[in-house]
Amino acid sequence: MSTVLDRPTSVRTGGDPARPTKRERKRWGLTVVGGIVALVFLTPYLIMLSGAFKSRQEILKVPPEYLPGTWHFDNFVNMWGTPETPLPHNLLSTVVISLGGTALALLAALPAAYYTARHNFRLKLPFMLLVLVTQMLQPTVLASGLFREFVSLEINDTWLAMILVNAAFNLSFAVWIMHSFFATVPKEIEEAAWLDGCSRGQSLRRIMLPLVWPGIVTAIIFTFIACWNEFAASLILLPTDTNQPLTVALTRFIGQYESAWQYVFAVSIIGILPVVALFAMIEKHLVSGLTAGGVK
Amino acid sequence: MATARNKALKRQARRQTTLQALPWLLPALVLIGGVVLFPVGYMIYTSFRDLSRFGKDRGWAGMENYVRLFGLDPLPTVLTNTLVWTFGVVAVTIALSLVLAQFLNKKFPGRKVLRMVIIVPWAASVVMTSTVFVYGLDPFYGIINKFLVDVGIIDEPYGFLKNATAGFLSAMAVAVFVSVPFSTFVVLAGLQTVPHDVLEAAQIDGAGRFQTYWQVVFPMLRPALAVAAIINIINVFNSLPILKTMTGAIPGYDADTTTTLMFKIIQNDRQIDTASALSVVNFLVIILVIGLYLKIVKPMREVAS
Repeated sequence: MSTVLDRPTSVRTGGDPARPTKRERKRWGLTVVGGIVALVFLTPYLIMLSGAFKSRQEILKVPPEYLPGTWHFDNFVNMWGTPETPLPHNLLSTVVISLGGTALALLAALPAAYYTARHNFRLKLPFMLLVLVTQMLQPTVLASGLFREFVSLEINDTWLAMILVNAAFNLSFAVWIMHSFFATVPKEIEEAAWLDGCSRGQSLRRIMLPLVWPGIVTAIIFTFIACWNEFAASLILLPTDTNQPLTVALTRFIGQYESAWQYVFAVSIIGILPVVALFAMIEKHLVSGLTAGGVK
Repeated sequence: MATARNKALKRQARRQTTLQALPWLLPALVLIGGVVLFPVGYMIYTSFRDLSRFGKDRGWAGMENYVRLFGLDPLPTVLTNTLVWTFGVVAVTIALSLVLAQFLNKKFPGRKVLRMVIIVPWAASVVMTSTVFVYGLDPFYGIINKFLVDVGIIDEPYGFLKNATAGFLSAMAVAVFVSVPFSTFVVLAGLQTVPHDVLEAAQIDGAGRFQTYWQVVFPMLRPALAVAAIINIINVFNSLPILKTMTGAIPGYDADTTTTLMFKIIQNDRQIDTASALSVVNFLVIILVIGLYLKIVKPMREVAS
C-alpha cells in the first residue's frame, strides 16, 4: 500500500528527493518575500525595542546608532520614578479603566445579545440598527458633548467617566459578536435541555455557555484592548496626571527641548506586548465582528 | 368584530413581547442612551450656547458659533487637508491591502507567522506606534533618517516633521501603515468567498492569471472592499493620535484636519462652544458615511431574516 503511494512522489521529484521541485522552490521564494513584508511591519517595534535599552545620552546621540552600545535594562526600573509623569498611577489607571470598561460592557451586552438572538420582537430591528450605528461612532467626535456631560454630572476627571465611555462605545462590538454566536446554537438544543429537567439558568450555564464561549472571549479581549489603547477621550476627560492612562502619560516624556525617548519606548513595550498576545488569540473572529457580518 | 378582537389581541401580544424584551435590553439601552445619544444632544445644544473659557454658560448664542467657525482663516486649508487625508490614506490602504491579501492567500511556509506579525500594528496603541516615527524621523538623532541616508535614498537627514507639508505626508504614510492590517484581513475574508470551482472554470476557459483576477476575483471582492473602505473612512476621518503626535508641534493649522482642529480649539483655545459647532459638522459627515454603509453593505439583512 505504502509503496503504491510513495512511487508517484518520487516520480514527481524527478527521482532525486534532495532536489526541490520547481513548485517547492517557488513556495520558499514566497517565504523570503514574506520575511521582507514581516520586517516592514515590525520595523517601528524593533526601533522601539532597541531604543528602550539605550541610555539617555545614547538615544540623543548625533548621528545615532542602530543598537544600544550597552543594554540598559535599568530603564524599565527607573521609568517608574521620573519627574515627567507618575507612571505607577498611569499603569493603574489603564488597568482599572480597562477592567472596569470591559466588565460593564459585557454585563450590558450579554443579556441583549442572548435575547436578540433567541427572540423575535418588534424592537429587535431598531435595536440592532442602534447598536450598529454606535459601533461606527467614536468618542472622538463626541468629545465636547462628553466633556460637558461629565462636568455637569461632576464626574469629569474620574476613572468612572472613562469606564462609562469605554463601555458604551465598545458595547456594540460585544453585542454583535456574541449575538452571532448565540444565533448559531439551535433552539432545539436548549429546549431538549429544558425537557430533560434543566432550569433556564442551568441550560444557560451548562449548554449555551460552552458553545458561545469563543464569542464571549472575543468580546472580552477586544473590549479590553480597545479600552487599553483609548487615547482621544482620555486626553479631554482626564486632565489630572495621576488619573491619566499610559497612552496619554507617554506623551509627557516628550518635551519641546528634552525628550526621554528611552522611557517612551520602555513604556510602549509594556503597553504593546500584552495586547498583541491577547489580540493574536481572537484574530480569526475579529473580521466578522468588526464588519457586522458584512463580509463572511 | 372577530377581526377587530384579533387585532387587539395581536397588538397586546406584541406589546407583551416588547415589554418582555425590555429588561434584557435595558442595560445596553441605558449605556447607549446616557453615553452616546445624550452627549450628541448636549453637543448640538452647546453649539448654540455662549460658553466662557471656564465653561460657564452665558446664554443663547444663536448661530454665532457656526459663524465664527466658518469665518476661521485656516478653515479652507483644514477642509482640503481633511479630504486629502481621508481619501488619500484610504485609497492607498485599500490598494496595498489588495496586494497583501492576495499574497497571504497563497500557501507557503511561514504564512501563519506572517499573519501574526501583520496584526501587531493593528493591536498596538496608535499613539505608541506614531511616537516611534516622531523619534525615527528626527533630523539629528532619528534612526529612520539615518537608515534612509545609509541606503542612499536621501543624501543627508531631512526634517520630515519640521514643515507642514512633509509632516502631513509622513503622517499619512503612518496612517496607511496602521490601517493596512485591518483592511488586509477584510479582503482576505472576502477572498475566502470566491469559490474554487469558479477559478478552475476560468482557467479551463483559458483565462490568464491577470484576466482571472480582474474579471473573476475582483468583482467578487466588491462587498469586502466596500466594508473595508467605509470603515476605514470613518476611522481615518476620526483619527487624532497620528497627527497630534507627528505634526502637533508645527505652529499654525497647515497640517490639521477637522478632527485635530476641533481638539486644538478645545485644548488650546478652550472654546467648547465653537468646538461643539465643529463637532456637529463632523458628526453630520459621519452620519452620512454610516448611511452609505447601511445602503451599500446592507449589514442588517442577516438580523432581519
